[in-house]
Amino acid sequence: MSALKIKKGATSHSAYNLRPTFSDVVERHTLAVLVENEPGVLARVIGLFSGRGYNIDSLTVAEVDHTGHLSRITIVTSGTPQVIEQIKAQLGRIVTVHDVHDLTVEGASVERELAMFKVSGTGDKRVEALRLADIFRANVVDSTLESFIFEITGAPDKIDAFAELMRPLGLSDVARTGVAALSRGS
Amino acid sequence: MTRQMSGAKMIVQALIDQGVDTVFGYPGGAVLPIYDEVFQQNAIRHILVRHEQGAVHAAEGYARATGRPGVVIVTSGPGATNAVTGLTDALMDSIPIVVLTGQVPTFMIGSDAFQEADTVGITRPCTKHNWLVKETDALPGVLHEAFHVATSGRPGPVLVDIPKDVQFATGSYHAPKPSTSHYQPVLKGDMEEITELVAAIEKARRPVFYTGGGVINSGPAASQLLRELIEATGFPVTSTLMGLGSYPASGDKWLGMLGMHGLYQANMAMHDCDLMINIGARFDDRITGRVDAFSPKSVKAHIDIDPSSINKVIKADIPIVGDVAHVLEDILKVWKSRGRKTNSEALAKWWKQIEEWKAVDCLKFTQAGKTIKPQYALARLEALTKDHDRYICTEVGQHQMWAAQYLGFEDPNRWMTSGGLGTMGYGFPASIGVQMAHRDALVINVAGEASWLMNMQEMGTAVQYNLPVKQFILNNERLGMVRQWQELLHGERYSQSWSEALPDFVKLAEAFGAKGILCSDPDDLDDAIMEMINHDGPVIFDCLVEKHENCFPMIPSGKAHNEMLLGEASTKGVIKADGAVMV
Repeated sequence: MSALKIKKGATSHSAYNLRPTFSDVVERHTLAVLVENEPGVLARVIGLFSGRGYNIDSLTVAEVDHTGHLSRITIVTSGTPQVIEQIKAQLGRIVTVHDVHDLTVEGASVERELAMFKVSGTGDKRVEALRLADIFRANVVDSTLESFIFEITGAPDKIDAFAELMRPLGLSDVARTGVAALSRGS
Repeated sequence: MTRQMSGAKMIVQALIDQGVDTVFGYPGGAVLPIYDEVFQQNAIRHILVRHEQGAVHAAEGYARATGRPGVVIVTSGPGATNAVTGLTDALMDSIPIVVLTGQVPTFMIGSDAFQEADTVGITRPCTKHNWLVKETDALPGVLHEAFHVATSGRPGPVLVDIPKDVQFATGSYHAPKPSTSHYQPVLKGDMEEITELVAAIEKARRPVFYTGGGVINSGPAASQLLRELIEATGFPVTSTLMGLGSYPASGDKWLGMLGMHGLYQANMAMHDCDLMINIGARFDDRITGRVDAFSPKSVKAHIDIDPSSINKVIKADIPIVGDVAHVLEDILKVWKSRGRKTNSEALAKWWKQIEEWKAVDCLKFTQAGKTIKPQYALARLEALTKDHDRYICTEVGQHQMWAAQYLGFEDPNRWMTSGGLGTMGYGFPASIGVQMAHRDALVINVAGEASWLMNMQEMGTAVQYNLPVKQFILNNERLGMVRQWQELLHGERYSQSWSEALPDFVKLAEAFGAKGILCSDPDDLDDAIMEMINHDGPVIFDCLVEKHENCFPMIPSGKAHNEMLLGEASTKGVIKADGAVMV
């Protein structure tokens, strides 16, 4: 079972990560869940979260291994350490789930998200939007005389920051992919 | 070796190859090809129930009484939705069942066709796993995998949804082979944790074994090993409702059931112990009572095959993920190799304390007057049936708790009750499943009149197959447990909790072609029970009992184990508002 592969925690007598399990502190964790890409598998994962009252902050899913029919679901969730452990164990119970990785506790990881912003405006606001986009290394992927669509990739907080800056400059539409994440190193 | 055959034939062949001898079901449009194949063979016996919910509960009863998966065939749409309660029941109690549902043909899925329902969508949260099979060639693999998933690891219900065109079409069938799917639950426990538990066993001063349905699900070897470990260590043992029978009720280490309506000595031992060894139980809210006051002084070991059970409710100090039988075997091995040590001096003291608790005699009652006390009815039933080859089912409510308290279970797989979901209407169809598995045994369903009426249509099934199931109805003309809670929590306002317009159960039995027995006098009870036992056929036993009897002991909602109510005198105003919120 994948839940057993969770790395050993600080407590020496446990097979599990037993960091202060029953604390009240809410933590944000990024989970990578490798699943068999069969019909309904996403519904199983989402149904687990809604049925047991867990949070989903962001969710990204795509097939990553076409020959093995495996999809990778990246879930950003939040909860107390006990809830996070439960989420991982409950995910591990799903018959079509192959592996659950908690990227937040399993060493360093890289998180990226892609977003598109439609910013409408003319004159100074339009110029300022373009200038800020340059600073944030956002690309213009579409343009009309009254609007731009910017494409930006980065950690979620960078995208949040860019969105805040664009808001007064005529931000009218946002599309975000949710987080994709990988652990660093081999 | 593969053979060409229709999908419908594959289904029957797969059931035969999986060793299935009995299926419970109800035909309909979307399963007609399967029923055509059922008609043309003799290897599998099909039991025609009267409602699909009954089929699933019967399969559950069959599974629990045999340890083998129960099998159900129902049609699409309403057939499938009627199975949902049974599936949820089996999921909560970890009972292996395989439910095959018909579906509208693949080319009609999504068109709101006649008797179409999104069966895999509806049953996804109430099965361990489910499949919609869209190609006949995929059918044998899925069917064999369904049995693997239902019976491996923590058992549970699975469902295979099979469109009608898939049943008609021809494909290649293959026999079961060892499962190659990645779903292979770990059976062996971690030796480091096991060694730590053994060290805790060696020095424990006030230990208690707290066993659950996992012991029974692990198979007869687990119960054998549990008994060996208990006898060797001399530790006391209590069990959840689900685990009754894994250790014999006549054993001298037995404390009785624990929990909300558990025995005084069991709950007090749980509260005061210094080492709690949870074997195959899940710290259900009926067991723990108030979580923050649950067994405050103990080191808690938790053995469970499902990693998600560990630390879900109660933090485990020694968590062991594994199959009960495998883990118990290793515990015994390590404990023996380290010299079979226990703290016998402290244990003697602990037993002295336990004997004092036992002396409270929390199940005592007085049978006086001309009205039968339900406790008396069960005490007599126990006395008159305990030497039989006996299986007990129950419905849900007061009678269920009294049955757990007053009947003794000597072996596993003898007690079928809806624990987790608390499904009224479970017991009667379950008793039919049990009797199908054990044709010569004495199968009794202890029921309340309200629960029993929920699936009374199964009288037709019992009579059709001449299944001599005994329906022992404790008739108080009330929804007894609801009434009890209304008395304790809602100012004795008995809202909708009485049974109006009850049938004459004797005439009802006769109308179905069965035997009815009415008993209202304690002096007639023994003879009436003997008449029930000796009748070769289904019996409805209408036992008129005290109408306002409450079930004690009771840990009120929101209270701790050592705050048990032992009787009527102690009940006024004990449940506070925060406790009343809980069920």
